[in-house]
Amino acid sequence: MAKPKLALYWAASCGGCEIAVLDLHEKILDVANAFDIVFWPVALDFKYSDVRAMEDKSIDICLFNGAIRNSENEEMAHLMRDKSKLVVAFGACAHEGGIPGLANLTTKDAILKWVFKDSPSTVSNNGTYPQTHTRMPEGEIEIPEMWETVKALNQVIDVDYYIPGCPPQPDQIWGVIEYILSGQPMPAKGATLGAGDKTCCEECPRERKEKKLKQFFRPYEIISDPNECLLDQGIICLGPVSRSGCGALCPKANIPCRGCYGAPPNCPDQGAKMVSAISSVIDAHEPEEIEKILDQIVDPLGTFYRFSVPQSILRRVEKI
Amino acid sequence: MSFEPKIVGFLCNWCSYSGADLAGVSRIKSAPNVRIIRTMCSGRVDPAFILKSFQLGADGVVVMGCHLGDCHYQEGNYKTLRRIPFLKRLIREFGIDPRRLRLEWVSASEGDRFAEVVNEMTEEIRKIGPFIHSATKIKK
Repeated sequence: MAKPKLALYWAASCGGCEIAVLDLHEKILDVANAFDIVFWPVALDFKYSDVRAMEDKSIDICLFNGAIRNSENEEMAHLMRDKSKLVVAFGACAHEGGIPGLANLTTKDAILKWVFKDSPSTVSNNGTYPQTHTRMPEGEIEIPEMWETVKALNQVIDVDYYIPGCPPQPDQIWGVIEYILSGQPMPAKGATLGAGDKTCCEECPRERKEKKLKQFFRPYEIISDPNECLLDQGIICLGPVSRSGCGALCPKANIPCRGCYGAPPNCPDQGAKMVSAISSVIDAHEPEEIEKILDQIVDPLGTFYRFSVPQSILRRVEKI
Repeated sequence: MSFEPKIVGFLCNWCSYSGADLAGVSRIKSAPNVRIIRTMCSGRVDPAFILKSFQLGADGVVVMGCHLGDCHYQEGNYKTLRRIPFLKRLIREFGIDPRRLRLEWVSASEGDRFAEVVNEMTEEIRKIGPFIHSATKIKK
């Protein structure tokens, strides 16, 4: 029997998801044995034209990482959808927009202006500025157009499954691959694979007490107790509003959870839930005191939605 | 045509909803702009409900609950007292005028106060203008 065909693609991402796949170590050879890898720009020399030449639905599984933020990303998302039987949004960016999604807190013009004109480290004597079309002696060059708003993969194409995480943990990736290879029936469409269905706190070994908070700290402002819940100590930790699956890696290393596994099941909006959670544990009953305590929480939007702005209810800031 | 604000009101079952009812049976005139949703407690109003209201085109959201100390569930409205100012900070970061979100205490005997809050907020939102959620227009 022919081996199932596997494709991996990266859109707006950092490459960490690709590294996570390589972090399977020797097991990557088992993946290569079990699957026929037909497209993987990071590791293998296939061209877009090779994919275009394939028959529709000829790829069995496509692991798609990265957010959609320009015309190339979007075109490739549609192409991979056409050619693949199953498309998996792989990693936080494809799942919820991820770090590139933070671009939705500003505008395209503001980003380009900062990068190409205003930032102190930019030297722009000749007014270099990105253009989609440039005339050169040899002909016209076309580069992809950056979109105003970053989108998660399922806001552009139909997605079958999600593997969350920034990046997804290699043992979880392997678990999913093993499951697929076992030939067991696949879960219902839209399921989240390679993750738990509780919150990060469930996996966190730190000791939790009743929370009553009067003061919040940024991680550098305090030497935290290694055994006590970080949120109990006033450090904003997204554990209560993040899906389990990573094994609470960050809290185990004294770093608060950043929420990369996304919202747990039945939670429509990570940030809204975090507002709710924190409001419940602030120990104050007077409006002035409450405002003073809230002043200590810097940038709730960027902190609570670090990986999920495009997938949140409001999706982007209103144009300023 | 003049702008008629659409305001979503989350009213607690025990005080504010009865307050609104009293305003009705007492025939107190108030602006018809608030669409009331009854919740068991102002503390039951998940911040996601409020964000969703804005996403679906509300020009304003008002949460009404029992006066502090009067909560049927003892602590519920204290949670709201902390939640709404926090949420105002969040929506300000999202580029939404925080005046579009209000927290008011209205007891079951304050029909006149309900009418006053509704009229006042309707006029304020009328001045601020309509809210159009930009994500609903996202193409690129």
